[in-house]
Amino acid sequence: MNKVTFNVDRCKGCGLCVTVCPKKIISLSSTNLNQKGYHPAEITDMSKCIACAMCATMCPDTVIKVEKE
Amino acid sequence: MVVFDRPKALSDVPLHYCPGCTHGIVHRLVAEAIDDLGVVDKTVGIAPVGCSVFAYNYFECDMIEAAHGRAPAVATGVKRTNPDTVVFTYQGDGDLAAIGTAETVHACARGENLTIIFINNCIYGMTGGQMAPTSMPGQVTTTSPYGRDRKIQGSPIRVCEMLSTLDGVAYAERVSVDCPKNVLHAKKAIKKAFQNQIDKKGLSIIEVLSTCPSNWGKSPIESLEWLRNEMMPYYPLGVYKDIDAKEEDK
Ligand SMILES: Cc1ncc(C[n+]2csc(CCOP(=O)(O)OP(=O)(O)O)c2C)c(N)n1
Ligand code: SF4
Ligand code: SF4
Ligand code: SF4
Repeated sequence: MNKVTFNVDRCKGCGLCVTVCPKKIISLSSTNLNQKGYHPAEITDMSKCIACAMCATMCPDTVIKVEKE
Repeated sequence: MVVFDRPKALSDVPLHYCPGCTHGIVHRLVAEAIDDLGVVDKTVGIAPVGCSVFAYNYFECDMIEAAHGRAPAVATGVKRTNPDTVVFTYQGDGDLAAIGTAETVHACARGENLTIIFINNCIYGMTGGQMAPTSMPGQVTTTSPYGRDRKIQGSPIRVCEMLSTLDGVAYAERVSVDCPKNVLHAKKAIKKAFQNQIDKKGLSIIEVLSTCPSNWGKSPIESLEWLRNEMMPYYPLGVYKDIDAKEEDK
């Protein structure tokens, strides 16, 4: 499976990754807060990820690492 | 296989920028260019005054902090005394196009062999959202509460267009970081601006249309829309000068 990992405590919950994901599998957590107090981005269904790295390309805080199977 | 990871030239520390501020994207692109060209050990970055004042904490190359607007003058000194270095400045629109206009114009006129990364976000971010020379007509800022009035404050300066008239400029391009496609293109332009310096071609300037969600009073996503809808028509993307292209046309 392709793999997207977030450096959670660096996320500022800006949502830019959420809007560009072509598979719409990123959302801002409604339950978790990170160290900075933001609702961090998380993946809802990793199996749908196509490892296009659009999320990582738009992330201003270089939170995201993308690995292709 | 890793398809995307943090570039090595970008220090592994949190950035202080506001959520969704595209300064962070441009920092990463500069670091990627430095990595791709393998020049981190001989690169010297010049940080400005403005929100990116702490840029010196964010790159693994040597960094110098210049007085407000003076980055191109400091860069000139570094490059002329150490011609083997790769020198870039990273400047906002208040820094480059207001207080530092003289330094910018004359570094370009002299054709210094430098790379300038120019962040145009239509506002003074750091000081709380005052009008910049690049603020849009009608744009409400703390110093233009009724909107920028062209009759009183003049029209916004199109920096790439203005500087491309100077013989010393080798390459001037305006790019944007509003969507993945434009971010990837911006990366190419930034890399070329560094490569030009290594090839001793003269001054390269990349103007990046960027956001300031906090002082625009918009969410990060609305800010990208404002960039596309308001900024792009006035500041068209594209290459304003490229001495290589000219030679090919001949
Ligand atoms: C000599 C001097 N004059 C004025 C200031 C105040 N000042 C700090 S940052 C800034 C403008 C920054 O705006 P910009 O260059 O657009 O960068 P941004 O913060 O938007 O990234 C000003 C006027 C200063 N620090 N030094
Ligand atoms: S790599 Fe592409 S598909 Fe996977 S989460 Fe990121 S944007 Fe979505
Ligand atoms: S773009 Fe980056 S900082 Fe913004 S929500 Fe996504 S992971 Fe977090
Ligand atoms: S004030 Fe504006 S330019 Fe400065 S970090 Fe915040 S959003 Fe970015």
